Amino acid sequence: MKDNIIVRTISRILIPFIQIYSLYVLAHGDLGPGGGFQGGVIIASSIILYVMVFGIEEGRKRVSEKTCDLLNPSGVLIYAGVGVAALLGGGVYLEYAALPIEPAHLASHLGIYGIEIGVFITVSAVMMTIFFETARHGDD
Amino acid sequence: MIIDLILLLFLVVSALAAVLMKDLLSTTVILGAYSLIMAIVWTRLNAVDVAFTEASVGAGITTMLIIAALSRTKRMEEDQRSEGIGRNSRRSEFRNFLLFIVAFVTCGILVYGTMDMPDYGDKNAPAQTHVAPRYIEKSYEEAGAINFVTAILANYRGYDTLGETTVIFTAGISVILLLRRKR
Repeated sequence: MKDNIIVRTISRILIPFIQIYSLYVLAHGDLGPGGGFQGGVIIASSIILYVMVFGIEEGRKRVSEKTCDLLNPSGVLIYAGVGVAALLGGGVYLEYAALPIEPAHLASHLGIYGIEIGVFITVSAVMMTIFFETARHGDD
Repeated sequence: MIIDLILLLFLVVSALAAVLMKDLLSTTVILGAYSLIMAIVWTRLNAVDVAFTEASVGAGITTMLIIAALSRTKRMEEDQRSEGIGRNSRRSEFRNFLLFIVAFVTCGILVYGTMDMPDYGDKNAPAQTHVAPRYIEKSYEEAGAINFVTAILANYRGYDTLGETTVIFTAGISVILLLRRKR
């Protein structure tokens, strides 16, 4: 699809909006439908759209293999880290209200944001990894 | 009411089309459409969070991942019947008949199972009387999120979501181990 000017132009315009929408979905997970999982999937699909239009090599310039590999575990680590922080704050594992933030209601609010961000990072990185590794490259 | 019937009809038609189609790329796109219709059905049932997940994961990313997998294989399904023209005869007919019986009986058991389920929106259903009132009344104070689906997923069932994230992470690692080309 590299030489189709309509597809290229439209996706160039659309991709930033898709990515901002995914951040909106992430940030509004506790107010309406959505959350880290859906937001991560949406931002990964914006990258996949980019790869489908401009090719894998061009996509790898934007999101390198190393970046994907680093993001893969860091989301899970953030999630587990929030749980450990709750332990250090004197609560049980993943008890957000025990996080060392006052008042407790704000603590549980921020705890939920923390784990949503963790889910967002891991889901988006894994979806991109699966697509990059599964799709056929030019050299095979 | 009538729109629900139309949606269910669309579901059945797209499922049949996906099964009967020989072109695997078309099948993938039809499955994406199936998921989109399913998302509308979830919205009609007031399950917006599920609808959102169905639309983004089922209709969006799954379709694209299957297309990525298709880029490594052939686009057309091979016709298996052409191989067995000489000897198809009664054995494969008997096998098809057995398959039909198994599918029919399973379908019947599933339909029979749904008869015991409470009516849609029944306020005396166990799901509504057991923990749901607690979630609806207390989740904002206890869990800190207005949307109580998020409150359940992130706080009350936080361990499950941690496990789910770990499963996705494991899937990513497995794909890297199995498919990454060494340089």
